[in-house]
Amino acid sequence: MVGLGVVLLVAFLAIFASYVTLYPSHAEFYVNFPEAREPPNWAHLFGTDQFGRDVLTRIIFGFRYSLMMAIVVLSLVVAPGVVLGLVAGYYRGGKVDMAIMRTADIFLAVPPLVLALSICSVLTPSVFNAMMAVSLMWWPWYTRLVYSIASSLRNEAFVQAAEIAGASPFHIIFREILPNCLGPILTKMTLDAGWVILIGASLSFVGLGAQPPTPDLGTMVSDGAKLLPEQWWISIFPALTIVLVILGFNLLGDGVRDMFSAETV
Amino acid sequence: MAEQLLEVNDLCVNYKVYEGLLRVLNGVSLSVGSKEKVGIIGESGCGKTTTMKAVMRILATNAIVPSGTIAYKSNDLLKLGRQELMRLHRTSMSMIFQDPTAALNPVFKVGEQLKDIVRYSEFTSNAPTKQEVKTKAVELLKSAALPEPERILDSYPFQLSGGMRQRVCIAMSLASAKDLLIADEPGTSLDVTIEDQIMRLLKQIVEDRGLSVILISHSIGAVKGFVTKLYVMYAGTMIEEAPTDELFSNPVHPYTQNLLKAVPKLTGGGVPEGIAGRIPSYLTIGDGCRFASRCRSAKESCHVHAPPAFDIGNGHRVACFHYGDI
Amino acid sequence: MRMSTFVLKRLSYTVFVLFGLSILIFIIARVLPGDPARLALGPRAPDWAVENLRQQLRLNEPLYVQYFYWLRDALSGSLGVSLVTRRDVMVDIQEFLPATVELIVLAALLDMALAIPIGMVAGRRANSWFDNVVRVLSYVGVAVPAFVVAIIFILVFGFMLNIAPSIGRISPNIVAPPTVTGLITIDSLISGNIVAFFDAVAHLILPALALSLGLIAQEARITRSSVVENLNKDYILSTVSHGVPERLLTLKYLLKPSLIPTVSVMGLDMASLIGNAFLVELIFNWPGVSRYGITAMLRKDLNAIVAVVMIAGIIFAIANIAVDLIVAYLDPRIRMIEKAA
Repeated sequence: MVGLGVVLLVAFLAIFASYVTLYPSHAEFYVNFPEAREPPNWAHLFGTDQFGRDVLTRIIFGFRYSLMMAIVVLSLVVAPGVVLGLVAGYYRGGKVDMAIMRTADIFLAVPPLVLALSICSVLTPSVFNAMMAVSLMWWPWYTRLVYSIASSLRNEAFVQAAEIAGASPFHIIFREILPNCLGPILTKMTLDAGWVILIGASLSFVGLGAQPPTPDLGTMVSDGAKLLPEQWWISIFPALTIVLVILGFNLLGDGVRDMFSAETV
Repeated sequence: MAEQLLEVNDLCVNYKVYEGLLRVLNGVSLSVGSKEKVGIIGESGCGKTTTMKAVMRILATNAIVPSGTIAYKSNDLLKLGRQELMRLHRTSMSMIFQDPTAALNPVFKVGEQLKDIVRYSEFTSNAPTKQEVKTKAVELLKSAALPEPERILDSYPFQLSGGMRQRVCIAMSLASAKDLLIADEPGTSLDVTIEDQIMRLLKQIVEDRGLSVILISHSIGAVKGFVTKLYVMYAGTMIEEAPTDELFSNPVHPYTQNLLKAVPKLTGGGVPEGIAGRIPSYLTIGDGCRFASRCRSAKESCHVHAPPAFDIGNGHRVACFHYGDI
Repeated sequence: MRMSTFVLKRLSYTVFVLFGLSILIFIIARVLPGDPARLALGPRAPDWAVENLRQQLRLNEPLYVQYFYWLRDALSGSLGVSLVTRRDVMVDIQEFLPATVELIVLAALLDMALAIPIGMVAGRRANSWFDNVVRVLSYVGVAVPAFVVAIIFILVFGFMLNIAPSIGRISPNIVAPPTVTGLITIDSLISGNIVAFFDAVAHLILPALALSLGLIAQEARITRSSVVENLNKDYILSTVSHGVPERLLTLKYLLKPSLIPTVSVMGLDMASLIGNAFLVELIFNWPGVSRYGITAMLRKDLNAIVAVVMIAGIIFAIANIAVDLIVAYLDPRIRMIEKAA
C-alpha cells in the first residue's frame, strides 16, 4: 500500500511537474551563477547545483524521464518476451523450444548492466537510445519466467484435456496457460519498473543515457559526484530519490505478489 | 494408583497465527504407567500430535503453553532446564514421527544422522571412537529389521523406500528410548502391508525392551491389538478414556459411539452413516463442550460449559454431562 | 551422474553460449545504426580519416568475413588494437584484469562471510530486536544501488572520517610486490611483504563493500527466511527430540539445508556484482578492466568493447558453474535428478 502511494506520488509529480515546481525553467538550459551552489535553504529546499538550478525542481522533472523509461521499456518488452516463453514452453523439447531458449540464454550470459552499457556505447548517447538499448536486452527475463511456468503446466491434466477436446494451440496457449502466468508476470513487471529505472540512471550516470541539460537522476548524481563533499546535496538528494523510487516499486511489487497469492489460498 | 511414568495434567496449548490465536489443546490430561501401552485415537487435526510434541517439548516456535503440567519421572517437563531436558531426550524418551520422509534431513546421509544420535545417546560420558559409534548404529538398524545396514548407513533418505525410512526412524528412536516411546501414526503414509509389518516390529521391540508406549493412530484396528488403555481425542479435548476392551464394549461418549459405528465391518450392516458436521475452527471456538455442535443429544448447557472428566468406574472416564442418558 | 560428467556438460554448454555471445556482440556492434568509425573519431574528423579507420577495422567487408578475422585473431591471442591505448587489447586486459578480479572476489567473499551468519542469527532469533533490524535494513538495502553506496562511502569515509584511503590500489609510499599473479594481495603474501598486503586490503575494502552491500542485504534476507522455515520442519524437530546438542544442530543440520536457496540466488547476484563493478570502479577510480571498459565505451573503442563484454560473460559463466557445483554438493537430490534427466 505504501508502495502504491509512493509510485502514484512520483507519477503525479512527473506528469504535473511544470505546475508543481517552483522553478520549471530550471529544467532546461538555465544559468544563474550568483545563486549557484547554495546549500538547502527555504527558497531552494534541496539547494542549487553548479549552474544555479534548483535541485528539487530538476529531480521532479527527472521523474518524467525515469517513468518514461519504465513505461516504454516494459511495454516493448513484456508482450514479445511472454509470447516467446509461452511458445517455447508449449512446444517443449522441440526445435522451437531450443531455438528460443538458447537465444535467451545467450542474451542472459552477460550481466544485464554490462549488456546495456555495451549496446548504448555503439549508439549515440540519448534518452531514446538508452530506452531502445534496454528494451533490446530485457525480453529474455520474461521469456524465461513464462517458459518455466508454461513448460511445467504443459503436461497438466487440464491442458491435455483441452488438447483432446480439439482446441487449437492458440487457444490453449492464450486461454489455458497464460492466465496461470499472470500473477508472476505482473509482479515481475512492477518490480522491474524499479530496476529499469535503476539501469537508466546507471546508464546516464556513466554518460551513455540522457545528455545535459536534460535533468535525469543518474546524470545529476554523476555531476554532483565531482563536487563532493562540499556541495554534497547536488549528488546525494538525487541518489536518495533513486533509492526511494526503487523502494516504492519494491513495496508495490510485494503487494501485487501478495494479492495474487492470496487468491489461491 | 501406582507411580505413573508420565502424567499430563490439564494441558492447554495455543498457536499464535496471523489471524489470531488458535486454541488447540483445551485441558488435556493423560497418564502412562511404567511398561504400560497407551493409545490415542481421533480424527486428523484433533491435537494428538500437538500433545505429543508438547510432551517432547518440540512445539513449533509460535506455540504458547498458557497452563498445565507435564510430570515425567517426577520432573515437571515444562519447567525443566535445557541440559536436563536434553539428558532425558537422549536416554529416556523419544518419538517416531508421522511422516518418515519429512523426519529425515534430506541433505545428509542416513548414517550421518543416526551416528550423531547414537554418539550422544549411547555414549553419554566417554567419547567413543568412530568404530564404536558405527557398530552401535549397525546394531540399531538390525534391531529395526533392516537388511544390509552398512549400505543403508551410506544412503540418502530419498534413496530408500517408505518402509525403510520408517524403520530408520524407529532405529533412531531405539537409541534414545529406554523408558518411553511415542509412535505418531507409524504406518499412515505407507502401504497397508508395510504398515502391518511396522506395527509388528514395534510390538516386538516394545515387548523386548519393556518400554512404555503411546501409540497415536486414526486406525482403530491398529490400536486394538496393541494397547491396553485407550484415549479418545476430539478437537483438542480428551473426551473418553478406558481400558481397551471396556471402550470397545461400552463406549459412552456420543462421539466415541459414532466413531466405532463408523468403521465398516466385513460382517455386513451396510455403509455406516458417519457424523454430520466438521471439527470446529480453533480460532473461533467457544468455551463449551467442543463436540456440542455435532452432538445429537446436546442440550443448551453443553454449549456454555465444558464438561469435566467424570469417573464411571472400571478405569473408565468420560467428558460429557449426559453420559448416563445416552 | 558423476561430478566430472556434470562439469563437462556444463562447460561445453557454456562454451557454446559464449560463442553465441560473441556473435551477438559482433552483430550489435556492427549492425546498429551509426558508423562505428565515425562515432570513434567524432563528427569533426575528416572523411578520409574515417574511411581509413573503416578499412583498418574491416568494416566494409561482409559480416561473416569480419567475424572470421576476429575469431582467428582471438584464438591466437590477439583481440585487435585499442583505439585508446594503441596496444593490443589483450595486453590491456592482462594489465587491468587482476585488479577487477581482486575486487570481485573480495566482494563475493565479504558477501558470503557476512550474509550467511547474519541471516542465520536473525532466523534463529526470529522477532527479536536483532531480527527486526536485520529485516528492515535488508529490505532497504536491496533498493540502494551500488553506485549510491559507493558515493556515500566516499563521502563518509573518505572525507568526513578520513579512515580508509580511497585512491588507487596501494598507497604511493609503499613498495609494490613483484608481479606474479597481478593480484597485489596474493603477490604480497607470496613475497612475504605483509605491510603491502595490509595496505592493499585497506584500499580494497571500501569498493568491495560498496559492491557487496546490496547483495548482503538480499542474501541475509533469504537465509533468514529459509532458517525460519526450516526450524519448524519435522527433521529438525526430530533431531532436537533425540537430544543432539544445539551447536551441532545449528551449524550442521540447520545450516546446510538453509544455505540452498541462498547459494542458488548467488548465481544471479554475481551478475549484479559484475555489472555494478563497472560503476563502482569508475567512482573509486579503480584501475580494473571495467573502468577500462567504460572508457572504451565512451570513446567508442570497438575492439575493447567487444573484449570487455566477452570477459564479463566468461567471468559470469565461471561464477555460475561454481554456484551450480556448490548447490549440487549441498543438495544430493540435485545430483540424482541430473542423473535421471
